[in-house]
Amino acid sequence: MTPWAVSARDVRKRYPGAAGVEALASVTVDVPQGRFVSILGPSGCGKSTFLRCVAGLETLSSGELQVAGVPVDGPPQGMGMVFQRDALLEWRNVRRNILLPIEFAGKPVAAYEGKVRELLALSGLTKFSESYPRELSGGMRQRAAICRALVDDPQLLLMDEPFGALDALTRDQMNVELQRIWMETRNTVLFVTHGIAEAVFLGDVVMVFSPRPGRILETIDIDLPRPRPLALRETPAFGEYVRHIRGMFQQMGLIDEGARAASPVERAR
Amino acid sequence: MIRLLRSAARRMAGLVSVVVFLLLWEVAARVFHVRAIMLPLPGQVMLELASEWSWYAGHAAYTLMTTLAGFALAVAGGVAIAIMLVGSRWFERFIYPLIVALNSVPKVAIAPLFVIWMGTGAEPKIAIAFLIAVFAIIVDTVHGLRSVPQDVLDLGRVLKGSRRDFFFKVRLPSALPSILAGMKVSISLALVGAIVGEFVSSQRGLGYVIMSAQGTFDTVRVFAAIFVLALMGMVLFALLVWLERRSTPWLRHHREDG
Repeated sequence: MTPWAVSARDVRKRYPGAAGVEALASVTVDVPQGRFVSILGPSGCGKSTFLRCVAGLETLSSGELQVAGVPVDGPPQGMGMVFQRDALLEWRNVRRNILLPIEFAGKPVAAYEGKVRELLALSGLTKFSESYPRELSGGMRQRAAICRALVDDPQLLLMDEPFGALDALTRDQMNVELQRIWMETRNTVLFVTHGIAEAVFLGDVVMVFSPRPGRILETIDIDLPRPRPLALRETPAFGEYVRHIRGMFQQMGLIDEGARAASPVERAR
Repeated sequence: MIRLLRSAARRMAGLVSVVVFLLLWEVAARVFHVRAIMLPLPGQVMLELASEWSWYAGHAAYTLMTTLAGFALAVAGGVAIAIMLVGSRWFERFIYPLIVALNSVPKVAIAPLFVIWMGTGAEPKIAIAFLIAVFAIIVDTVHGLRSVPQDVLDLGRVLKGSRRDFFFKVRLPSALPSILAGMKVSISLALVGAIVGEFVSSQRGLGYVIMSAQGTFDTVRVFAAIFVLALMGMVLFALLVWLERRSTPWLRHHREDG
């Protein structure tokens, strides 16, 4: 039996100190290999903390966490990560940025030049292979960061609100491109976001987190065929998922339309 | 073509200011009959330099040598000390306060000590130049080494590279702009240090020229030496600006044509 890509048993995280903020309250989940999992929740709900626990960047307070059947103790093997800000090295051109994981792993860089060309082509960056990051737009920078995370063929790809800093149009574009790239690679993805539409559009599964201390409120299978075009977001089926999740957020008191509608002063502005 | 002219014009602007300043000086000194012993004419100074240029060049070369030696030691030592400060908590806790304390002692005040310790050769001058110049390098390098963003630190951990890889491929290059900024401050300070060393005790160098000419009220000679020093300072600084552009091509250097 192949092990779960990610398996969490009653994972808790409390930050040390007098305040002792409880970030995660018992997260239990099993993620099968090759799934695209959207982790959705309000800001500061601990969804990024969970991702960082999986990445081995944070230690658990209690519980068990395994990646590909191996208990997490430091960053696991065969994992790629994309950060909120692209974390590109400004002094390396795009190609050499993408090769960084290969260099750090002590593998022969020359053997991966073909792989880099492939990834650049897949993400539409071929012409910018020798450009410095500052010469690229925000979307292109993030695409380069995704290529870097994919260059060593990771089994598991962790993405921590990777498109949070991009404008709405670029974000849409990136959603489409990420889906296309993922349909080529088919690795397991954990994708943290606070955008409902983005989570539904990309995910095979959407895991909805509660406000802090975070736990999983509901795991929703998104039964929509791929490749999903942007126009899918206007369909009733898509709208139903979004409506359902928004309803959950409303119940949590995170969306409050009532107060604003009641205030004519607010509206007049 | 127009851009080229414009950039040339911008380059010339500084030179124009200097020429105008010297002309005003020349005219004012003549009009108000200032005695040459107080303030010589720029023309006189130029003439002095032209007639004895090899003598001045010899002294300038000596001062340049001690300046560059002190500067090189300051860069090597300053970067090394900064790396230790950032790399070791122990070092930071115990050694950093000591460095700050030493830096707050006016280096000019301890210059005579170096003559006692090292004699009257080039060594005490180099030591003083080093001492005055090194602190700027330490401060800026520490700042640069600490300025790696959290995301990039996380990336380093995720990639599981060796400490050596992370240091040479991430931390050091990200500190390079700061190190270069420190070097630009430090080169001028090294020149100050070299001159202070020559003031205290020397038979060579532009500091010695100034001191000995002052003893005989040869104001023209004093000014000639100061002119050479000013020129030297500007050339050294310009060299570092050039080095900065060459070594950090990924940065947007704002005055790309200036």
